[in-house]
Amino acid sequence: MSEEMVTVNMTVNGEQVTKTIPVRTHLVDFIRTEVGFTGSHLGCEHGICGACSVRVDGDVVRGCLMLAAQADGCEVLTIEGITDTGEIADLQDKFVERNALQCGFCTPGMLMTAAELLAQKSEMSRADIREFMSGNYCRCTGYHAIVDAIESINNERLKG
Amino acid sequence: MKAPKFSYTRADSVDHALELLDKHGEDARILAGGQSLMPTLNMRLSQPEILIDINRLDDLKGIRMDGDTVCIGALTRHVEVMNSDIVADHLPLIAEAMPHVAHVAVRNRGTIGGSVALADPAAEMPACILALGATLVVQSSSGKREIPAEEFFHGLYETARAENELLVELRIPSQKKENVSVFLELARRHGDFAIVGIAAYGRVLGDTIEDMRLVYFASEDKPTIGENAIAALNGNSWSEDTKEAVTAALENDLEPMANLHGSSAMKLHLQKVLTGRAMDAAVARAGDAA
Repeated sequence: MSEEMVTVNMTVNGEQVTKTIPVRTHLVDFIRTEVGFTGSHLGCEHGICGACSVRVDGDVVRGCLMLAAQADGCEVLTIEGITDTGEIADLQDKFVERNALQCGFCTPGMLMTAAELLAQKSEMSRADIREFMSGNYCRCTGYHAIVDAIESINNERLKG
Repeated sequence: MKAPKFSYTRADSVDHALELLDKHGEDARILAGGQSLMPTLNMRLSQPEILIDINRLDDLKGIRMDGDTVCIGALTRHVEVMNSDIVADHLPLIAEAMPHVAHVAVRNRGTIGGSVALADPAAEMPACILALGATLVVQSSSGKREIPAEEFFHGLYETARAENELLVELRIPSQKKENVSVFLELARRHGDFAIVGIAAYGRVLGDTIEDMRLVYFASEDKPTIGENAIAALNGNSWSEDTKEAVTAALENDLEPMANLHGSSAMKLHLQKVLTGRAMDAAVARAGDAA
């Protein structure tokens, strides 16, 4: 079977991108290799680990479980994009302060998912945070410090 | 890994999707939320010739009431079902199950129709709609037909949907106010595939259980109604004796599949435990509602 190609057009971190790629290219391969933002990581490549989490039209999704062709016309944000906007600058500082990362491989995905949780702007228990973050694997921290960081920022933001 | 080569077409209408299904038959796969299909492609467990992407078919999205029936478009994403007031009010069983459906990023993409049409034995939605007596609407180029949930699930990833048919809508009777429902599952990590699970729906009158339907999933090759357990349950008050009779009867309903999560015997034991917990909860909820 020959390689079928498709031309896609989308906004990645505010940058308009048009590329012709094999239809089977998934979104994170596209972002990493074609667009050049390497912050989104590929771990398991079958939707289990969450390292590839990116935001498509406002919702966090698994970047390995969506074809780039499906994101045609969409607005995509990666960790680079939401770092630039400063949306989670407080959380990123808190990750450092609370030692919520060691090797850092899972961190972009953790932050993308946590950003969606914090956007709910609601009271939450540590159990709620754990449940929401349960789709993202970390092999270093044991999660405790990650929950600490998210919990502190949520409390700080709610206090205003 | 990376997905194998395939051809990709984005359907621009339901008719277009049906035309493509007619043309390609078993060589085609419908790409809905893709949260199960994409992993099988990436792991090369599946090598379809063509993916028919239905994600932009807005006609297949949304939740509405039709009399006493909740109609959910097949392409409605899990997150929309989870946040729906209609579902919260009329289908508390599904509302209770939804947080167990994978994780947030998967629920943002995955669809209720995709989950039902795939018929993964560990999936929550097939069990829920079977417990609630839903009807599934499938459409082909020659028209629509309705299939009761009881007749839809045939086995491991096998359903009554023909190759040229598209699941377009789920019609789920609104839960009766006098009834109660309970959803429970056991998984190693919240949101992971269930090891065992139960969806229960029926009536508790005083301390007597009536018209209770027990649907078991994850341990069997398809969502399975516990006929013998139900026969031992209905018309009886919920007591230690009843629990013993029901769990004993359950042995004739289930033949759990052994896998890396556990042996057949262990899963049967866990389904018995869940049965007890589910009926404890059902009686408690009926008491609270009274």
